[in-house]
Amino acid sequence: MSSESSVLAHHFDDLEQQHEAATLGMWAFLVTELLFFGGLFTGYTVYRWRTPLAFEEASRHLDLWLGTINTGVLLVSSLTMALAVHAAQLSRHRAATMYLLLTVLLGAGFLIIKMVEYGHKFTQGIYPGSIENIHVPPELAAQGVQPNNVALFYSFYFTTTGLHALHMLIGMGLLLSLAVRTARGRLMGEAATRVEITGLYWHFVDIVWIFVFPLYYLIGLT
Amino acid sequence: MSLAPLSLHKPNYLSVSNTLRSWLLTTDHKRIAILFLISITFFFFIGGFAAVLMRLELMTPHADVVDKEAYNRLFTIHGVVLIFFFLVPSIPGVLGNFLIPIMIGARDMAFPRLNLASWYLYLIGGIIVLTSILIGGADTGWTFYTPYSSVYSNSAVFTMAVGVFVAGFSSILTGLNFIVTTHTMRAPGMTWFRLPLFIWSHYATALIMILGTPVLAIAVLMVAVERMGVGIFDPALGGDPILFQHLFWFYSHPAVYIMVLPAFGVISELVTCFSRKRIFGYTFVAAASLAIAVLGFLVWGHHMFVSGQSAYASMVFSIISFTIAVPSGIKVLNWTATIYKGRVWLTTPMLYAFGFIGLFTIGGVTGLFLAAMAIDVHVHDTYFVIAHFHYIMVGGTVMAYLGGIHFWWPKMTGRMYPEGWAVFSAILIFVGFNLTFFPQFLVGYLGMPRRYHIYPEEYQALNILSTAGASILGIGYLFPFTYLLWSLRRGPRAESNPWDAAGLEWQTTSPPPTFNFEKTPIVTQEAYAYELVSQEDDLPGRPNPTEGEIPVLDAPPQEDQP
Repeated sequence: MSSESSVLAHHFDDLEQQHEAATLGMWAFLVTELLFFGGLFTGYTVYRWRTPLAFEEASRHLDLWLGTINTGVLLVSSLTMALAVHAAQLSRHRAATMYLLLTVLLGAGFLIIKMVEYGHKFTQGIYPGSIENIHVPPELAAQGVQPNNVALFYSFYFTTTGLHALHMLIGMGLLLSLAVRTARGRLMGEAATRVEITGLYWHFVDIVWIFVFPLYYLIGLT
Repeated sequence: MSLAPLSLHKPNYLSVSNTLRSWLLTTDHKRIAILFLISITFFFFIGGFAAVLMRLELMTPHADVVDKEAYNRLFTIHGVVLIFFFLVPSIPGVLGNFLIPIMIGARDMAFPRLNLASWYLYLIGGIIVLTSILIGGADTGWTFYTPYSSVYSNSAVFTMAVGVFVAGFSSILTGLNFIVTTHTMRAPGMTWFRLPLFIWSHYATALIMILGTPVLAIAVLMVAVERMGVGIFDPALGGDPILFQHLFWFYSHPAVYIMVLPAFGVISELVTCFSRKRIFGYTFVAAASLAIAVLGFLVWGHHMFVSGQSAYASMVFSIISFTIAVPSGIKVLNWTATIYKGRVWLTTPMLYAFGFIGLFTIGGVTGLFLAAMAIDVHVHDTYFVIAHFHYIMVGGTVMAYLGGIHFWWPKMTGRMYPEGWAVFSAILIFVGFNLTFFPQFLVGYLGMPRRYHIYPEEYQALNILSTAGASILGIGYLFPFTYLLWSLRRGPRAESNPWDAAGLEWQTTSPPPTFNFEKTPIVTQEAYAYELVSQEDDLPGRPNPTEGEIPVLDAPPQEDQP
């Protein structure tokens, strides 16, 4: 009981109640996040339905290789995250710390690759809000594809991936602070709960990417 | 076993510490409720002041108080401030925060620090909106319709949108806390169908908060992004301004229920207590809250009948809008049936409850007019719409808020308010409200459009009536503000249960101790056992110290409490 009372917040009766509240809270928050990104996906759907050829044309200008590598990096980070949760539940401090740091590193790798991708786009003169450097091939222009419609694709691409990257940054901050706690050996039931719900968040951010990848990178393939 | 009031020297949540730091860093849900009460009152008077200026301008058909630019900014301030910074957080932020843990027998919300963060986000959002007003204000109306807001307007739309975005997250955190608290923090014996209806309606509200608010957040974020030059809704890029309206109303119609569902909860508590009767059809009232929350997400298109959306979509939205009247009607019927043959005790809170039931019914029925497509085309964007939603928002929510504040004032502050003054101002507010808004139904039906600072001469008589009513209403609101402040020092000390009410919150002291109950209560009955409470109470109106029916459990070990 004395070990419990140090990690049990005053307003809960027992650790089970605390765990239940934290888990439900994170799930409810993820529902909120789902609707937040849902607004962007709705906009994407409406515009792609209106100008499918323009969206496919724009998609062909994204870097498929870097996108694919990034998808792989994120999926591996989900694996290390799951292993961190497992280690935390078994109170294996060193393993948990290692997996948490590995997850942060993979997240950083993803963001670096993303920055390289953004950099390529900027050097091509394609940045949020730009139209002048978008050139539509004549055969598509003949089918009514306009640079304006292609620019809308990039608006959604930059907004969605930008918000996704922001979520990754927040997640990495949370994981780092958890890694500090576990490295100090503070891995009581409550800390394991934290690792678990942060894992839920991390997997959610990955799942958003799983939808972003085909919708932005793959629709141009025929 | 009797639960006599705790002896007075034991500290309550207010007296436990009084430093500024202890308030600004508090995680006590009751103190956070007080923080919300103070800040919400501040924003209420800012938004109300904008309304006063608008009504003064509308006293004559000409522009003589403000010009059209200033008028556009006034109605935007009025809408943004009173919707996002008063109505949405009013009852949940103040009464919900204060009462939910006490009503379910918990020591606090599930996430006390998140609760405090919610208040800070509210405050930061509010400061950003005030900044936007100081640097010139926005002129888009609270609806931020594109492409005007995102491309053409030369006003502080970006800042205003960011303020609303931040305040949205305050709302999300509040909703999340309510849901998790209701699921996980209930005291032993507090089953779902013993929950007070106040809790049910806040649960339904919280569902809308976490499902709807993020969509508003992304919609105003897209407006902000477009103001930075990244095309999203701009038709010149092939974008679609109507898409913004869909996203906006996907939140903002359910937001109407965020504003009015908590009011339903308050009214259910008032009506049962002051009729000395169990609520009629408890399960139906509870289920109606959830039905409204669900159906509320399927009707947003009725704001867009004239936007050019498909006629078939409009028909479906119209039909679903009609069905939402059913659960709302169930509530009104059940309150009426509760009052019927009850022993009605006409206190100030009950006067507000009566006001609510009548005014909400008028607002609801005129809402059905507007859900009918043909009539909506005729009165769209006229004062008929203004009158309709003010009957819901002001006649409904503000009445319930004031009723609730009076009802729980003794619990929150430990003092009684002066009944004579309170009855007088309740009547004044009711008269002022109707005189303000009933003429607007007429002038709107005659064709006066909203959002203009000038109008044809023939509408002047009705506008003068409305402005006269607004002056009475404005003065009416100053009375509770004054006497409630006065009562903090001079009001008679309140007993634990001055209304002889049956809810769990009346079983603890007034004001409650920091952890709400000296011992965790075990609940054996629902909150409406009025037959039991009033068996020996022959005279309604004469408080009778209740013998507590609720046995108690041993307190948690002392070392668990910091």
